[in-house]
Amino acid sequence: MSVAAPSATTTMTYREAVRLAMREELLRDEDVFLMGEEIGVFEGSYKVTAGLFREFGPVRVRETPISEEGFVGAAIGAAMMGLRPVVEIMTLNFILVAMDQVVNHAAKIRYMFGGEVGCPLVIRTPNGGGSQLTAQHSQSFEVFFAHTPGLKVVAPSTPADARGLLKAAIRDDDPILVVENLQSYKIKGEVPEDPDHVVEIGRAAVTREGSDITLVAHSFAATRALRVAERLRADHGVSAEVVDLRSLRPLDTETVVRSVAKTNRALCVDEGWSTYGISAEITSRIQRACFDDLDAPVERVGLAEVPMPYAKNLERAALVNDEKIEAAALSVLGLGPDIFSS
Amino acid sequence: MPSSVAKPRSTNRRSPRRDGDGAPDSSHGLDLYERMALIRVFEEEVERQYKRARIGGYCHLASGQEGATVGAVHPLLEDDLLFSSYRTHGLALARGVDPDAVMAELFGREGGSAHGRGGSMHLLDFSKGFLGGWGIVTGQLPLATGAALALTYRGKPNAVMCELGDAATNMGAWHESLNLAGIWDLPIVFLVLNNQYGMGTSVEKASAEPELYKRASAFRMHGERVDGQDVEAVLGAADRLLRRAREERKPAVLEVITYRYRGHSVADAGTAYRTAVEIETWKERDPIALYRQRLLDERRVGEAQIEAIDARVEKRVEQAVAFAEASPEPPTDSLAQHLHGDPASAEQFARMGPGSPFGERELVLEGLGR
Ligand SMILES: Cc1ncc(C[n+]2csc(CCOP(=O)(O)OP(=O)(O)O)c2C)c(N)n1
Ligand SMILES: [Mg+2]
Repeated sequence: MSVAAPSATTTMTYREAVRLAMREELLRDEDVFLMGEEIGVFEGSYKVTAGLFREFGPVRVRETPISEEGFVGAAIGAAMMGLRPVVEIMTLNFILVAMDQVVNHAAKIRYMFGGEVGCPLVIRTPNGGGSQLTAQHSQSFEVFFAHTPGLKVVAPSTPADARGLLKAAIRDDDPILVVENLQSYKIKGEVPEDPDHVVEIGRAAVTREGSDITLVAHSFAATRALRVAERLRADHGVSAEVVDLRSLRPLDTETVVRSVAKTNRALCVDEGWSTYGISAEITSRIQRACFDDLDAPVERVGLAEVPMPYAKNLERAALVNDEKIEAAALSVLGLGPDIFSS
Repeated sequence: MPSSVAKPRSTNRRSPRRDGDGAPDSSHGLDLYERMALIRVFEEEVERQYKRARIGGYCHLASGQEGATVGAVHPLLEDDLLFSSYRTHGLALARGVDPDAVMAELFGREGGSAHGRGGSMHLLDFSKGFLGGWGIVTGQLPLATGAALALTYRGKPNAVMCELGDAATNMGAWHESLNLAGIWDLPIVFLVLNNQYGMGTSVEKASAEPELYKRASAFRMHGERVDGQDVEAVLGAADRLLRRAREERKPAVLEVITYRYRGHSVADAGTAYRTAVEIETWKERDPIALYRQRLLDERRVGEAQIEAIDARVEKRVEQAVAFAEASPEPPTDSLAQHLHGDPASAEQFARMGPGSPFGERELVLEGLGR
């Protein structure tokens, strides 16, 4: 039920949009509560929960010790009882110590017990890194979770989607991982004012229309893809279409395929490792559905297949950046050196 | 004792020298003072270089914790082992890792202790028995437990010291590691540097048993607490527990009460969750100032000796910066180096390109005759 005009929007950062979603859902539903390290007095390691502890108090905004396996598991148990915990994991890196609770417990509860009990859990956490954060703190392995039946995984790149998808996730009856991004937090954008505006989980968005090549990406890579599309236009007269996946599981194959059927070329961009990655899945689906439409092999750009090195020059060589995406796109278009077969 | 390996006698190659009454002599006192002063000056320089953007990433300083660090690490013997968390500069220096290699690592240079791959959180010097700098809270505990297992497996007379923070005692891996060390009679000392906070959360808030050393008793393990601003007190306790570990194969928990003056990392001002008064109160018991005063009061050293040390450590840190500046960046084409040990894998991964993440494309295509 919407009171504000559907077109009314406010400008805010991604960080503020995530915070707004939590605030609105805390106000809407008493079963919703937040859990995580440093989310209260410290206001979150990346200040996403700023002000919420003051407004809602220690029961609705529950601070935890550093015990990821314990408190993620506790959130799963609370969710089985019908509560709707929204757990912040400081960064994606630290979810690994709770992996067993997420993959072997949360994801399986409904199926393993024949539908007798559910687990309306949300875990939100930023991926990404760079900035010399190195091997254990600079990673984007959301594919581990997208690989797992029983979980849903979303990865918004804009403030509006960050709010809309988080709200949808909190209202969903199954466990969902919401992948935020360290670099996205400061992005500004228009966010609908309607407190009941949610973004449907499982729908990709065409964030830029074009006719020559489709760039498929999620999370911060989708922001990069838009920038690169603009460079391709300005520097090479190329019309690139950008598909922001938004949701990794379920995956909106239809939107991707419709785009590639139009452009006949596709480049998958992923800030994580390509091998066995999100882009491997997308590529497989494109070749199946668009076999006769393709004018060039579907290609991928991703993180170099190494743990993240510290030295600036090595880190630059490892990370995905706009220049690498542009070179890859030109290669797919046949307008630049063939970087994929050498 | 369940282990079939006999307990060898330890050879104390670097035990603290002591005068007749048990008090460390003057050169020993100066040595402790110099190590603490070096760490303090080194870390102050690190912060300056961080602000000049020559050091990046996460950078955790430990100013205020030098007494705890030096006191605990000093009684380690040459063949003993040390593991640590990410707050690791002081522990590395106390262990004798070359300040040049530490600074070069922070600068991301080939001459660094991890050749520029690891950075601030991942210092290491295997030759010095310093087995890392680890970034995931409590991740180092199972590893240190395994290293202690390796010592007993090989019949070595040595011990492991494993540093962790107060907040790290709330992770499952703490409990699992202590239990393993207990049932396997491992020569390991779990060194809890209790600096009162894990990021912005106080020990009282995070730990149902805030007297952390008592947690050892759940495993029928010895635990004790010591004042970390008193370097000799820490040294005495650490020395005793390490000897016990080496000679009797008994693990222990040593909780050292201390304080970090700076924020959790250079990105944190460190003021949102504690008062200025609290910080000032701790600074009144600065471990370096206290020890300096004590050495002078007890007439173990003279002012001139102290001043000579102060000048020497300044020079040493300048030299480390100069070394780091002169050390080259790792070659960019060495990105895949060190991923695997065997030459065939190393060669394959070094060839990896954007379309061939395994570096296998050439091989496959050549094999197909294309
Ligand atoms: C598993 C895990 N969760 C969270 C973090 C983020 N983090 C890094 S240090 C830290 C606080 C640790 O405090 P403590 O153990 O007391 O050590 P101190 O930093 O005080 O030396 C946190 C939460 C992490 N590195 N690993
Ligand atoms: Mg601490």
